[in-house]
Amino acid sequence: MKIHKYDTVIVGAGGAGMRAAIEATKRSRTAVLTKLYPTRSHTGAAQGGMAAALANVEEDNWEWHTFDTIKGGDYLVDQDAAEILAKEAIDSVLDLEKMGLPFNRTPNGTIDQRRFGGHSRNHGEAPVRRSCYASDRTGHMILQTLYQNCVKEGVEFFNEFYVLDLLLNDVDGVKKSAGVVAYELATGEIHVFQAKSIIFASGGTGKFFKVTSNAHTLTGDGQAAAWRRGLPLEDMEFFQFHPTGIWRMGILLTEGARGEGGILRNKDGERFMEKYAPVMKDLASRDVVSRSIYTEIREGRGCGPEGDHVYLDLTHLPPEQLDAKLPDITEFARTYLGIEPYTDPIPIQPTAHYAMGGIPTNVEGEVLADNTTVVPGLYAAGEVACVSVHGANRLGTNSLLDINVFGRRAGIAAAEYAHKNEFVELPEDPAKQVQDQVERLRDSNGTESVVALRTELQECMDANVMVFRTEQTIKTAVEKIGELRERYLNVSVQDKGKRFNTDLLEAIELGNLLDLAEVMAVSALARKESRGGHYREDYPNRDDVNFMRHTMAYREVGADGKESIRLDYKPVVQTRYQPMERKY
Amino acid sequence: MSTPTLDKHSAALDAAESTAAQKITVTFRIRRFNPEVSADAQWQDFQLELDPKERVLDGLHKIKWEQDGTLTFRRSCAHGICGSDAMRINGKNRLACKTLIKDINPEKPITVEAIKGLTVLKDLVVDMEPFFQAYRDVMPFLITKDTNEPTRERLQSAEDRERFDDTTKCILCAACTSSCPVFWNDGQYFGPAAIVNAHRFIFDSRDEAGEQRLEILNDKDGVWRCRTTFNCTDACPRGIEVTKAIQEVKRALITRRF
Ligand SMILES: Cc1cc2nc3c(=O)[nH]c(=O)nc-3n(C[C@H](O)[C@H](O)[C@H](O)COP(=O)(O)OP(=O)(O)OC[C@H]3O[C@@H](n4cnc5c(N)ncnc54)[C@H](O)[C@@H]3O)c2cc1C
Ligand code: SF4
Ligand code: FES
Repeated sequence: MKIHKYDTVIVGAGGAGMRAAIEATKRSRTAVLTKLYPTRSHTGAAQGGMAAALANVEEDNWEWHTFDTIKGGDYLVDQDAAEILAKEAIDSVLDLEKMGLPFNRTPNGTIDQRRFGGHSRNHGEAPVRRSCYASDRTGHMILQTLYQNCVKEGVEFFNEFYVLDLLLNDVDGVKKSAGVVAYELATGEIHVFQAKSIIFASGGTGKFFKVTSNAHTLTGDGQAAAWRRGLPLEDMEFFQFHPTGIWRMGILLTEGARGEGGILRNKDGERFMEKYAPVMKDLASRDVVSRSIYTEIREGRGCGPEGDHVYLDLTHLPPEQLDAKLPDITEFARTYLGIEPYTDPIPIQPTAHYAMGGIPTNVEGEVLADNTTVVPGLYAAGEVACVSVHGANRLGTNSLLDINVFGRRAGIAAAEYAHKNEFVELPEDPAKQVQDQVERLRDSNGTESVVALRTELQECMDANVMVFRTEQTIKTAVEKIGELRERYLNVSVQDKGKRFNTDLLEAIELGNLLDLAEVMAVSALARKESRGGHYREDYPNRDDVNFMRHTMAYREVGADGKESIRLDYKPVVQTRYQPMERKY
Repeated sequence: MSTPTLDKHSAALDAAESTAAQKITVTFRIRRFNPEVSADAQWQDFQLELDPKERVLDGLHKIKWEQDGTLTFRRSCAHGICGSDAMRINGKNRLACKTLIKDINPEKPITVEAIKGLTVLKDLVVDMEPFFQAYRDVMPFLITKDTNEPTRERLQSAEDRERFDDTTKCILCAACTSSCPVFWNDGQYFGPAAIVNAHRFIFDSRDEAGEQRLEILNDKDGVWRCRTTFNCTDACPRGIEVTKAIQEVKRALITRRF
């Protein structure tokens, strides 16, 4: 075991982690630990764009953006945070441009902007062009630009280091962050990083679903580490299902495709979104579009031999426009489906996409131990965190924005904290939990396999807690996950070696997914209403009287060692916008 | 505007939507190496059932999950975006996640081995450090000399933006560099990927350090080592015209115009 000491440690090198690192490195001695090489983070998969009311192509302002964010989130958004997001969006985009990001340009040389779902002019009047973009690889360009600037600033990376535990210690009765424990993939060695401040920026957890736009590596490691150390998780029942994933594969086709004029059609060729969202049509918010697609499918208007998908039709758009604005996604259709999007419609279905919930933080990125108490020295930003700017449903282009705005804020705050504070002593035997976990898995002769459990989990999640949920389906999921967690204790791995043991790490990642799936299902069961991404067929309406509040889930361990989940609630911060019915 | 236009389906769309399972048996012949077990690398055959529409990466996962958990490779996004899984498939550098079984001849064993020119650490995993070091050496970041940053964005015409569009697509997968015979013979050569990333800045109208980067590439291990074999262009999964980018850098070195 090796021990390292840094002022600030950042876990994750996606957009949020690297945006934080650029700030933190200038101000404190910083290390970035990442399980992937930075440029392989899933931020690079983002396509469509990043929202900011630059008003480069038509009238726009941050107040409209704030409103759209709150309405899009079905009023579960903390309004003070949404206002910061929308206001700081403008500098955030300009900062990236100055760092070198090659945005697409307007004829007069400014950053070009395009339409995206849920973003509107003057509180819902008509779609507005707010998304700043670089072709359909905006996330790739953000990730590259941030990495380039990390190289420039000399950021210190520990690549292929998996953080598996968070170390907290009591100082005069206050729980403070002390460090993290990481597993080095190349050698199997365990490292303890002591730090004055720690930022979790480890991304999402979509891999508990089967059809998902998320990478194999998005397994919620950060959320799980915090959870096991007794920190709460907020709004975990809210997961976004993006309307247009490639049928059965889940690979995303950006909403920008509809922003450019793409149309969803059922098997009769009907533009069905006109029925469900007369004003915004195909560009209504994602939860609305995903439900509409499944309604079409359930009512027998789905496409293909099994009627289990619909079409994204781009055939009426000029090929030059597709080549210039949507080259990557048209290439995906060619590579993975063997069809030509100039002339063929693309088979699509909703795909599990984005975790609105996560580790609760305030607007400075400080992690909360309950509704109000911060954990000194601990920060989170990006998809792992819940600020909450996305509420019950995130608007497209608001996450690339979130990672930049709150990544930057967390980076500055964490470095400043490190200046003013001393190291917290490491707990006794700091690596013990990780050592035990690794040894148990490596030595186990159990009969359960990782792939079997993971497949059962993913199928159960898709069947029971996706776009439509009921008490019955969620209970089925809770029960199944409980069973899988039992069986997980009996899991074994084949690779017993130290070097690049990805077999072992997949087993650890599965453990994280199982814990988080349970939190999601239990939180969903208790929310007896429909709001944003959480749709209960047995409670189809939003219920502001009982549920205009964030879920806060806590892990409890009884005297007998039995684990359970306790749910509590946190008020939503409302400033100037009164909840209204959401229509598009 | 409900225009039902979709009554006629192309054969390709019908094939894409087909749900009939059509598994075939394929052999993966994989170059295995694990110094914890043996100092020598060796080929190992695996037989498995796959749908021809599946990816080579799906095949590798199937082997790892169902036959041999010790098989080791890198991957993340599974759709050609993250650059983790460049490997030699049937002797050519490709991304395993972007290569479908039907696009390579599944009748014969499909050979899979680590990319060449970088040290193999285990099975298909190589040491990426020299590759990233060459990348860092070309100063891959925007450098501007203005002391007064503009308050708004810098302006750039759509045309100037287009000038370097191709080389912004690079995902640093190393398929090009590790397909280059010059790089195999001499690991000191910067390699195509680093030059691609230098190109991305040299031809960016906002950047003011083109001269410096050109000097770096004028070095004995720089662009002049390129013998225009086009392996890199063939290998690039992002369709970047790598050789053309290298030629443009060479030309800029001669004319000092870019
Ligand atoms: C296909 C796709 C398209 C999208 N398109 C858009 C879009 O157009 N606009 C938009 O606003 N949003 C979009 N999103 C959402 C957005 O891209 C993501 O929410 C955002 O990029 C997440 O960034 P992040 O930095 O939080 O996490 P990531 O980029 O996922 O990075 C996570 C980092 O954490 C590291 N990590 C994880 N676990 C560990 C561990 N245990 N130890 C050490 N390191 C760890 C990883 O190595 C990685 O570096 C899209 C998402 C997807 C999947
Ligand atoms: S130029 Fe192409 S092959 Fe080379 S590293 Fe970049 S993406 Fe890979
Ligand atoms: S797994 Fe990401 S490029 Fe293949």
